[in-house]
Amino acid sequence: MPEPLRIVVCVKHVPDAAGERGFAADGTTDRAAVDGRLSELDEYAVEQALQVAEAVGARVTYLTMGPAQAADALRKALSMGGDAAVHVQDDALHGSDYLATSLVLAAALERTGYDLVVCGMASTDGAGSVVPAMLAERLRVPQATLAGELAVEGGEVRARRDGELASEVVRAPLPAVVSVTDQTGEARYPSFKGIMAAKKKPVTTWSLADLGIDPSQVGLAAAATVVEEVVPRPARTAGTVVRDEGDGGRRIAAFLAEQKLA
Amino acid sequence: MSDVLVLVGPADHPDPAGGVRKPALELLALARSLGDPAAVVLGTPSPEAVEALGAHGATTVWAVQVPGAGERVVAPAAAALEAVVREVGEPAAVLVGAAHDAREAAARLAVRLGAGLLTDAVDVQAGPEGPVVVQSVFAGAYVVRSRAVRGVPVVVVKPNSAAPERTGGTAAVRELAVADDGVPAAAVVERRERAGTGRPELTEASVVVAGGRGLGSGEGFALVERVADALGGAVGASRAAVDAGWYPHSQQVGQTGKTVSPQLYLAAGISGAIQHRAGMQTSRTIVAVNKDPEAPLFEIADLGVVGDVNEVLPQLAEELEARG
Repeated sequence: MPEPLRIVVCVKHVPDAAGERGFAADGTTDRAAVDGRLSELDEYAVEQALQVAEAVGARVTYLTMGPAQAADALRKALSMGGDAAVHVQDDALHGSDYLATSLVLAAALERTGYDLVVCGMASTDGAGSVVPAMLAERLRVPQATLAGELAVEGGEVRARRDGELASEVVRAPLPAVVSVTDQTGEARYPSFKGIMAAKKKPVTTWSLADLGIDPSQVGLAAAATVVEEVVPRPARTAGTVVRDEGDGGRRIAAFLAEQKLA
Repeated sequence: MSDVLVLVGPADHPDPAGGVRKPALELLALARSLGDPAAVVLGTPSPEAVEALGAHGATTVWAVQVPGAGERVVAPAAAALEAVVREVGEPAAVLVGAAHDAREAAARLAVRLGAGLLTDAVDVQAGPEGPVVVQSVFAGAYVVRSRAVRGVPVVVVKPNSAAPERTGGTAAVRELAVADDGVPAAAVVERRERAGTGRPELTEASVVVAGGRGLGSGEGFALVERVADALGGAVGASRAAVDAGWYPHSQQVGQTGKTVSPQLYLAAGISGAIQHRAGMQTSRTIVAVNKDPEAPLFEIADLGVVGDVNEVLPQLAEELEARG
């Protein structure tokens, strides 16, 4: 009996986009002001991992890094399915930039072991869409990122990547890093049974020391980028709102001409 | 003056405008304010591309040969950028566009160089301690100014962040060959160019006309297209319109679709849920037409018309077409 595939899904706990998101005094995302949730775009990653597991057999582990409440994202993912979760939690991580985030996640992936790493296309807070490529670079494995369709077969992953100008089918031998878009299909809702089962699934917490990472390599002080200024944009003031009196189209045309937009 | 590298992409990229796409010309305009612009092209650029790059401010065009470029995903572009960075020494910055492949090449480059990566810039300005990157975050609720403090600043820039500038200069071509670095990459086994609609690409367009549920049916998009064509713009759609099957997902604007940042965003029958606003809020000018006076998009529109899109759009199209 062959060993089951090891799939690790990287998930992120983010401030709910429906709330008033903002910044703490040190320029980092304020994670206390708004309720957090599993990044909506990571739900597609969870779904695809579970589908691959259902198709070819796999052990699905979720991985996150973040403060204590980030464990909620792991529980949400576990309630959808999967087997176990790993939470990298360390006070020194606060304010980590892309480089440090990818360093820590890559170290955690080396420790969990993996055949396939699945990520969402972007987080819904930072929205940089760069960590999956950074993981591939650090782990020195192929990336099949921004997949709108995903399949694992015969020890390789096939993905459809829809770029701005072309649609490509790519394939790579495992191990590999993939990220998936919302085109991969709706994510399942956790069932009551799933929610109950999730409570019993193991969540392991690792510190930086467990990963052999020096705290001076991560966090705000080590960041390769620094925020100089955060300015709340004055709520974009509504301009003129008019009721169409049979001349709505003409009014827009006149406005566009005035603004030199037409 | 320090070099500012601008990734132009594969030389064989299909381009209707004669060699170089508009986002790259925008990057060159930004690069000029930071230093001496140098374009980085994978493969051998056409004479037209070299001329266009020079005429828009590039003093050098680096033609970088990377094994397997075009057939291997993202890694070759990162290798090309790294090679040029090491060749020129200490460039002031590396600027890339926001398209997936360029963004991911920047990500890999930042890891290779241990350098600060800044994503989704809407402006890059010269500062006393290096380039200052302006970002619009949390659906446009905040403007953040940041800079890299380690390594060469690697900056991903959104389309329409600057206007292309014609300098009338010429560029010297320098060749560089990169040895196979053995970095494993996924292989492209099939490639299908997007069917051309004759309209500008959504994420690059300076005018976007978008339709939503308020159109009432898929046929309503004919009106949206007519207005878009009169303005030389791209057509976008809200998630609701895409979910209803009225328009292809490739044209969806919003958090789970594409982010656009045009000079003009004209929304027809879109109420403007937060997820939609996340994808278009940095648009310079916003015009909204909706039957519902409570539509949230009116809160951020420069001009809002409360009315039926099926009456307002045809009149608008006629007016625009008459003005030619």
